[in-house]
Amino acid sequence: MMYVYLDNGATTQVDPRVTGKIIKYMNDRYGNASSLHFKGREAKKALDKARHTIASSINARADEIYFTSGGTEGNNLILKGVAFANREKGNHIITTKVEHKCVLESCKWLEKQGFKITYLDVDEEGFVDIEQLKNAISDRTILVSVIHGNNEIGTINDLKEIGRICGEKGVYFHSDACQSYTKVAIDVQEMPVDLLTLNAHKIHGPKGVGAIYVRDGVKIEGWQHGGFHEMGIRAGTENIHGIVGFAEAVKLSLSSKHISYMTRLRDKLIDGVMTRIPYVRLNGPRGEKRLCNNAHFSFKFIEGEAINGLLDDYGICGSTGSACSEKTLEPSYVLKSLGLNHEMMNGSLRMTLSRFTTEEEIDYVLEVLPLVIRRLREISPFKEEQHVFNRDA
Amino acid sequence: MYSTETLKRFKNPEFVGDMENPDAVGEIGNFKCGDVMKVYLKIKDDRIEDIKFETYGCVAAIASTDMMCELVKGKTLDEAYEMSNQEIVNGLKDLPPVKVHCSILGTRSLRDAIDKYREGISEK
Repeated sequence: MMYVYLDNGATTQVDPRVTGKIIKYMNDRYGNASSLHFKGREAKKALDKARHTIASSINARADEIYFTSGGTEGNNLILKGVAFANREKGNHIITTKVEHKCVLESCKWLEKQGFKITYLDVDEEGFVDIEQLKNAISDRTILVSVIHGNNEIGTINDLKEIGRICGEKGVYFHSDACQSYTKVAIDVQEMPVDLLTLNAHKIHGPKGVGAIYVRDGVKIEGWQHGGFHEMGIRAGTENIHGIVGFAEAVKLSLSSKHISYMTRLRDKLIDGVMTRIPYVRLNGPRGEKRLCNNAHFSFKFIEGEAINGLLDDYGICGSTGSACSEKTLEPSYVLKSLGLNHEMMNGSLRMTLSRFTTEEEIDYVLEVLPLVIRRLREISPFKEEQHVFNRDA
Repeated sequence: MYSTETLKRFKNPEFVGDMENPDAVGEIGNFKCGDVMKVYLKIKDDRIEDIKFETYGCVAAIASTDMMCELVKGKTLDEAYEMSNQEIVNGLKDLPPVKVHCSILGTRSLRDAIDKYREGISEK
């Protein structure tokens, strides 16, 4: 049987060339970058080189990059660190309803500490409401945080436009770019963004490592105290093998060829599903404003966990925002924010590609998925409704 | 996550389908909770002679209804009505705690069908 991994939005397979680097640094170059001896200098050199690689990938300076343990830590550090470092300016932060959980939960915690948070709406394709943003910014606003590429539905927000508005009002602008990094070109000289969150395991690097970009001059307070690592912003012995692996993953991912390759397969998947399966809706936008690796559908009359349960049997890995897949039994708040009804939220299927996805794999999915959907619709009690739709169609 | 038994039943449910001229039809649930179960009964001499189901829902919901059908086929209406959801959970070799409500919906859909059957009888 064919095995098809289409859950690259959750995590990716580590590129074997990255693994090679990691093993080398674990086995041979294990020094502590703070040590003065040659083993320490060897580690420090690797650390500096990796910092340059990450910096140049977004056209930043090396001293504007700080390594973290991943996306969750990066978002926590930025939100809390900027909030507390700028308290004398104000206590208001603006974000959106469709951020990753780690941004929303950090904001909730900040509310308990006396900060005021505005959660912006998005339109039916998931784009942030720009007018609402303009109206929400006040003298007390210190930070605007808007996700770059949405992790569920793939919507890419316009960092240039949002950054320009924030810049005019003198408010810091942060974007969580964990899903978009290397899939959308980011240039911090062109995009007026002050802070970014990046991570490694979404781009064929290891789990447990990431970085933040903090534009020179932005006031941020460190959150994890200890030794003077990461210029005092983030204490803790640097995860050298992880960082080196991260930098290697960035080098291997940065190519417009990968983007156009994934875009072609993504569109083949989307077009194939939309033409082969009835009663389906594509969530999120089409074209260039959608992450090149994201496809997200809602199927009527059936439930998403069951769809993934049958796909699993065919060796296909996907995911869903259905209430049934969550421990809280609440459907995805991202899908809710788009205005989808319960049936469409519960019948959702996300498939996220990578540069390792093959044409044959997409062909296989397009063969299997219609069978899976038909099978579950046979089990579903909504037969009459299906007939009504058939007649109307 | 799910037991092998739950996955096996979900992938190959034995009792799925609708029924011609059922003696009773039960239905429970709504889109909001994510599960809708429909149960068809053929009843002879106060016993469940045949049973079929259709379910809109997750892996656990589909497996639970199928398990319920197997457990009550051939039983008297009183026996079937008394069956607890725990018997479904045991039959499936356990369900994750968050999915136990699926087994409760299984027993409720069956009871709904039996209630409707009895109401129909008393009306006649």
